[in-house]
Amino acid sequence: MSPLVIIILLPIIAALAIWLGAPARFTAVAAALVNLAITLGLIGGYASAGGGMIWKSSHLVLDHPAIHFAVGADGISLAMTLLTMLVTTAALWSIVDKDRIYYIASLLISAGALGAFLSTDIFFIFAFHELALIPTFLMIALYGHGDRKTAAWKITIYLGIGSLVLLTGLLGVVWWCSPESGLTFALADLKPVISNCKTEALVNLNFFILLVGFGTLVSLFPVHDWAAPAYASAPTPVAMLHAGVLKKFGLYGLIRIALPLFPGAMQTPWIQHALLLMLLGNILVVGYVTLHQRRLDEMLANSSVMHMGYIFLGLAAGNALGVNGALVLMFAHGISIALLFMLCGKLRNHLSTLEMDKLGGLAANAPFLGVVFGIATFASIGLPGLANFAGEVLVFLGTFQSFAWDKGFTMLHITTILSLLGVIISAVYMLRAYRKIFFGEATTGLFMSDPATSQRVPMFLLAAVLLVIGCHPATLLNLIQDSLAALNFK
Amino acid sequence: MSPLSIELSLGVSALFLLLLESFSMVPRKSIAHVVIALLVAALAALIFSPPAVVPTSMGEFYRLDNLAYFYKGLALLSTLTVTVISLEYAPVINQFVSANPERTKDAGLGEFYTLPLLVCLGMMVMASANDLVTIFVSLELVTVSFYVLVAFMRRSAGSLEAGVKYLILGALSTGLLVYGMAWLYGLTGQMTLEGITGKITHWQGSNVPLLFAAALLIAGLGFKVAAVPFQIWVPDVYQGAPTPVTAFLSVGSKAAGFIVLTRVVQTFLAPHSVIAPQVTQMLLVLACATILFGNLAAIAQTNFKRLLAYSSISHAGYLLLALACHASGLGFTPSEVVAFYLATYLPMTFICFLVLAAARAQGISEDIASFQGLARTSPKIGFALTLALAALAGLPLTAGFMGKFLVFFAATLDGNYASLVIAIIGAAAGFYYYFKIILTLHTEPQPGAPVVSLNAGSQILLVLFVVAIIFVGVYPDLIGRLLHASH
Repeated sequence: MSPLVIIILLPIIAALAIWLGAPARFTAVAAALVNLAITLGLIGGYASAGGGMIWKSSHLVLDHPAIHFAVGADGISLAMTLLTMLVTTAALWSIVDKDRIYYIASLLISAGALGAFLSTDIFFIFAFHELALIPTFLMIALYGHGDRKTAAWKITIYLGIGSLVLLTGLLGVVWWCSPESGLTFALADLKPVISNCKTEALVNLNFFILLVGFGTLVSLFPVHDWAAPAYASAPTPVAMLHAGVLKKFGLYGLIRIALPLFPGAMQTPWIQHALLLMLLGNILVVGYVTLHQRRLDEMLANSSVMHMGYIFLGLAAGNALGVNGALVLMFAHGISIALLFMLCGKLRNHLSTLEMDKLGGLAANAPFLGVVFGIATFASIGLPGLANFAGEVLVFLGTFQSFAWDKGFTMLHITTILSLLGVIISAVYMLRAYRKIFFGEATTGLFMSDPATSQRVPMFLLAAVLLVIGCHPATLLNLIQDSLAALNFK
Repeated sequence: MSPLSIELSLGVSALFLLLLESFSMVPRKSIAHVVIALLVAALAALIFSPPAVVPTSMGEFYRLDNLAYFYKGLALLSTLTVTVISLEYAPVINQFVSANPERTKDAGLGEFYTLPLLVCLGMMVMASANDLVTIFVSLELVTVSFYVLVAFMRRSAGSLEAGVKYLILGALSTGLLVYGMAWLYGLTGQMTLEGITGKITHWQGSNVPLLFAAALLIAGLGFKVAAVPFQIWVPDVYQGAPTPVTAFLSVGSKAAGFIVLTRVVQTFLAPHSVIAPQVTQMLLVLACATILFGNLAAIAQTNFKRLLAYSSISHAGYLLLALACHASGLGFTPSEVVAFYLATYLPMTFICFLVLAAARAQGISEDIASFQGLARTSPKIGFALTLALAALAGLPLTAGFMGKFLVFFAATLDGNYASLVIAIIGAAAGFYYYFKIILTLHTEPQPGAPVVSLNAGSQILLVLFVVAIIFVGVYPDLIGRLLHASH
């Protein structure tokens, strides 16, 4: 059996065991640590294996159309798997004194993401992603904060419709890209579509449907409305996993399926311009909304929607540099937002309010929290030396790769310049929040002390990853570069 | 044993059991156990006997292809399940059958256990029906038995009302069907479906009378499969009928209706048929209306049983959509897609009705609200129900997704974008009302929350269905192989 199958099945088995009565915390954390160790081992093995899709295994589950339960890993999927396992471990570790359903739901969400990242058959890439739908829905609806019912319904209906749209788009992919021998869902057998003038409009439309479908799952403006309320309301581990990992699935799908199989579609003027407008919506409109949030959880939730804009910018550029940047940013954003949501959860557990105006001076009694929150904040606004910076720089460079003085600014360049404003916006709200919460005077007597040592472990883990990737982005870039080249990103 | 002899033995056993029940006081429960044993034996005989050949004298009106075998299996399996559900539900029926339930025990339940055998016989013959008379006779055998079963709880106003409604609208639909058949026979002079196909493909002259006949037939069968606008009887009859009968209507009767519809539509849509485009249009309109109505009307329901009625309508819509497609290149013909969908529909619907029947027998009302916290108090049943509802909603990695997936794929291959959009709207609405129940199941239970227990037979079936839903969800080829098996 391929080790990848074990990675996918382990969380499901652990969830089942917990449901049947195994000790929840021990089983869940142990499964996550084992999975993390396997992932790290595989990344080590991948470097020496010399690239390509490896650890492949494939079982036919339907003849016509050909559907395989097929797994395989290249650098991109390994990077996403590592992200998933880091966030899963931290999320499970940070659960304290909760019902076992917290562990079961987190494990299932994690399994869904792992299955989606490691499958090499479109059918299962899609199917695994949906595994997270019910756990997320139930966790938000039952254990969420604030207006949890509304938030739960919103995310479920949005993602439900989004995934149905995506499904039709994927069926279209199979229709356009299948070889002569018959319809197949196996990614390896699908050929990039070569359109002629007759089919070009339809192919582009199909790509756009994919963009909208995947985009809904990534909270692309204007179908972003589900994300902020859901993340603000979700229980901490769910918010960490969904904002940190699951939301990256849509981007992963675009990089893995849509962009390589529909080459050139992204550069079609109307599609590129539409995407640029939408991502500007993410960066500027949602950024402006974020600026006006008064509660920490709502601000973080909105900021996570806003930052998706930069990743889409990298995809809109469509060249190797931009997509490399997008991937680094996906990884970095996943870690930093998960860390922020974890800290936010700690604050929520100890303080009666998350209104930033009412908080202050927490760093005096909780210096460790203050430092970690600082690292996450600086990472989030893209300070050099932390992981997000590398991604953002690559994205911006990617968009300007096509720049030539004699041709002037294209829409892409103008969008990039406008989106630089977003960097300032996010610096304003993140730093303001950091100052208000951790510094200044604690006027209302709200204070908390540092978490116990064991609870510092997951924070330390995520913060360390941000620093390592930030100081040495090559560790991540080396992993993904060749795989991206194999997908024909030039 | 050939399927024909299985059918004959089932019919004879049903008559024998009816007589036995009338003239002796054998415990009614043992009748049910005999029925279950018979059905299990019949299922085994159907699966394990070598391929049979139809006697030439019957070749005109009786056919045995893969589809026939498949639907016969579905009929046997659903009758089996319904009998098990009936055993769970027996106390409720008894309460509404006898004037003095304490004294008479279950004396009045004999027919309730035996009539499903006749329904099963009807459905099995229907799967092989190849001419208009066989279709009509087998369809009536099913429908007339259902008239009795729906109104069986004669001291319950709801059941009686359901019975009357089913009788009147059933008779109406039969009338339409016979009228359509008469037109078809009058126009073509043929009774067998092949003969009619032959005439239709070489039709000279106006096709209006043909279309009229086709419309009548489709309308008549539309009542049986609960297609909009012929669905008006469904909610009330489903809600009023005894729960095992509702389950039977929802799965068995629907499957039987669809095999006939499949055969009839195949006849009309044969290559070079002069009425193919119009019939396709007709089916598409019916499908879209059914999907929209079923799903949107289900949103407002608060009664679990009634909600399942609307859900049943909505699934009929997806099935009709599949029938209206050509699906070239898919590897499944439209009729196979329909059979696939029905096979996946069976376990998930039966899980719901099984739990519903057991809960009702244990004094829990059929309102969705009264199931609050079931997943906490009875985790295993709660899990099965959650899975079944997720499958009904069409979540991937469950059998329910595979059915919808094939329908969506067929519509995509045909380029039926308008109906795809409607199917998406319908499926999205489905997320809402199925998830609403899932949320109720998992909500913190109130004091005095429901605890549901199941008898051994139901537990076995529940486990089987759960395994089937997951297994088919990740390994759909299982059903693909059954459909393509070389019988």
